[in-house]
Amino acid sequence: MESTIVSSRNFNAYFGTNHVVKNVSMDIPKNNIIAVMGPSGCGKTTYLRCINRMHELIPGASVQGEMLLHDEDLYSLNPILVRLKIGMVFQRPNPFPNLSIYDNVIAGYKLNGFKLSKKERDEIVEHSLQKAALWNEVKDTLHKKGTFLSGGQQQRLCIARAIAMEPEVLLMDEPTSALDPISTSSIEELMHELKKNYTLVIVTHNMQQAARVSDKTAFFFLGELVEYNDTREMFINPKDSRTQNYITGRFS
Amino acid sequence: MERVSKIFSYGKIRTETAFKRTLVIIALVMVVITLGIFITLVVHAMPSIKALGFSFFWSRTWDPVSNVYGALPFLVGTLLTSFLALIISVPFSYAIAIYLGEYKPSGWLSGLLKNIVELVAAVPSVIYGFWALVVLVPIVRALEAKLGVATYGVGIFTSSLVLAVMIIPYAASLGRELIRMVPSALKEGAYSLGATRYEVLKHVILPYTKSGLFAGMLLSLGRALGETMAVTMVIGNTSIMPKSIFDPGNTMASVIANEFTEADRSVYLAALIELALVLFLVTVLVNILGKMIIKRFSNE
Amino acid sequence: MNRKNIHNQIKYRIARNKASEVVITIYSFLITIPLIAIIFYVLKTGLSKLSWQFLTNIPQPVGELGGGIANALVGSILIVLLATIIAVPFGILCGVYLSENKNAKLSYWSRLAVDVLQGTPSIVIGIVIYFWVVKPRGGFSAFSGSIALALMMLPIVIRSTEETLKLLPDTLKEAGLALGLPYHKVILKVIIPCGVSGILSGVMLSIARIAGETAPLLFTAFGNPYLTTNVLKPMQTLPLLIFNYATSPYDEWHDLAWGASLILLIWVLAMNLITKLITRRWKVQL
Repeated sequence: MESTIVSSRNFNAYFGTNHVVKNVSMDIPKNNIIAVMGPSGCGKTTYLRCINRMHELIPGASVQGEMLLHDEDLYSLNPILVRLKIGMVFQRPNPFPNLSIYDNVIAGYKLNGFKLSKKERDEIVEHSLQKAALWNEVKDTLHKKGTFLSGGQQQRLCIARAIAMEPEVLLMDEPTSALDPISTSSIEELMHELKKNYTLVIVTHNMQQAARVSDKTAFFFLGELVEYNDTREMFINPKDSRTQNYITGRFS
Repeated sequence: MERVSKIFSYGKIRTETAFKRTLVIIALVMVVITLGIFITLVVHAMPSIKALGFSFFWSRTWDPVSNVYGALPFLVGTLLTSFLALIISVPFSYAIAIYLGEYKPSGWLSGLLKNIVELVAAVPSVIYGFWALVVLVPIVRALEAKLGVATYGVGIFTSSLVLAVMIIPYAASLGRELIRMVPSALKEGAYSLGATRYEVLKHVILPYTKSGLFAGMLLSLGRALGETMAVTMVIGNTSIMPKSIFDPGNTMASVIANEFTEADRSVYLAALIELALVLFLVTVLVNILGKMIIKRFSNE
Repeated sequence: MNRKNIHNQIKYRIARNKASEVVITIYSFLITIPLIAIIFYVLKTGLSKLSWQFLTNIPQPVGELGGGIANALVGSILIVLLATIIAVPFGILCGVYLSENKNAKLSYWSRLAVDVLQGTPSIVIGIVIYFWVVKPRGGFSAFSGSIALALMMLPIVIRSTEETLKLLPDTLKEAGLALGLPYHKVILKVIIPCGVSGILSGVMLSIARIAGETAPLLFTAFGNPYLTTNVLKPMQTLPLLIFNYATSPYDEWHDLAWGASLILLIWVLAMNLITKLITRRWKVQL
């Protein structure tokens, strides 16, 4: 049995009085890719943003229940500590427009005032960009602004920026929804590579993507976790009629 | 893992908390400063408010030597100069607004005009005053001679002319923004019915932007009411009630500028501060009203 | 209506359209006349005064040659600098609060306060600072003048900061926070640098505006015929010098005031120009 890294117990999230994540309990095993899918408004992104405590940044947002990282409640830790351990990649690529590609990669250290030697910095930048499969494309333009890259490259830069911090878990919120098909497939390939060192949680509304990349899939519907199983199993043999309806395209 | 523990420190958390608190305090201090201005004026105007009451506003004699303080000449002077300036400036500021907003939204000529308007706003008021004193006053004097009125040169009329130039940029740049906000669908609707540009302006653009243009006038008026230096230099500085627009006079701002450091009696000083209080309340009212109208306009 | 009538009507409407365009164009460019008249006059009378000694000497008594405006120039630079140092950090942070807490109750009142302060006549600010700083300290000082000018700068700096930061996407802030940056680092190292062109142009505009202010200095910095760099003493500034000498009856002093006007005008216009360049060059590509 794989070891669990993140798990939630009876977890609820709210926007004001709006109950958007309802009583979700799920275990996320280490070095796996977990796809979280469901129709829009089902609470999947909110659930993801609760894992690294980004949800609470929205005025009026609140949570209830347990979210554990290695049996330690994330909500008893300082959010900064949580976010250092759990990285995130967003729906739209968001490199820092005021920084170069190089500085974007080490932004987590640089902006935090963490001193690194030139050698260490160079190593981290090259290593992270290579892992993000961007190194060959940008190694000669490292000191140009990151915003000059294409959308797919920007997203891989954001992935490099997140993995430069060596997080234990990497959250991805529909990371390819703003990208073209070629960039999408290169990022999907990248996910397989990243799985060796990290645990990935990916929100997607694209069923094919969930089927292609993930080991396990969670299906959210109206804020509830309807079904959570091995991806293959879920797509071949869904247990819940709502999952079946979704997979067969009865509603989207 | 090791790196994380090195990056994270509780010192940072304390700084973060202190920073958030600083932001709140600063926003609070802004409120306190503004309230403080009002309270300071009220407190220091008290001796005059108590001694003179409402007669302050309609008594027409201001004679510090005999300890008599009536603010009516200054109220009249302020209103006359400001409204006259507004009336003079409106055709020009609206013309600029229409030109930049509708006729030529881009191109080098409108770029030039935009820069000119910005420069007009940038010239310091003391330079306007100085120039008016040396150049405009003789011209007005010649005009007064032709009209057969007393040839002071300085006075309400001269002040209004300078003020008019100074306030044009405010209504003009605001008006330009508003005219650009008119939905093109509305304009195209009118054009498709065969309307000329003049008719679109008159029947679509101006009615649509009416409230906003009025707000622009209010903001210009607020600016004119509070303007001190240029007016002080050319209004003639007399506390006698003006009988015509060519007479010299004083505005609330100019009488404060001239007499504040000379006020040797407590009631005298308090009377000047009461003028400042009135000026403050009126300009704030005019400004807030103008901004409210604009806000409502842009939200629609 | 017969064909000829319609034809005439259309002709009339086209003519009216043409006429209105001509009238509006003429009216809108008439503003150029006073501007050119003023700049021309200041150049004509001021240029002849300009010399090295004009900038380095202090004013001489009436009847003596070789007076300059060094005291006012130094005073203006010092007072404006001090005002900037006071107002800029305060203004930027207040702008940050307003853009970060758009719907907070405090933001509403703070915004209202900024609007009120912006509409407050400069002479009123002078009076208030007289009671807050000059009277408790027992005398006029450059420092009190700087505070008065700082109050005038604040609304411009606050508003330009708020408006600039409002336009930045929320994802930028989230990117920083998701990397484990503390809030103050996100603001100081991501948000403010990304809005730097808008914030800086607000700062420059506010400096240009206060550099020419006279009224708030009448009862604070007061003026001083001698050169001083002690900010706790009364100090001359360019606008104060222009005002005092322009309203004096002596021709020499008038000339001095014209020279000072030219310097002040160059300063203010240069600040406006720099603002334009900043907005163009430092714009962060989002």
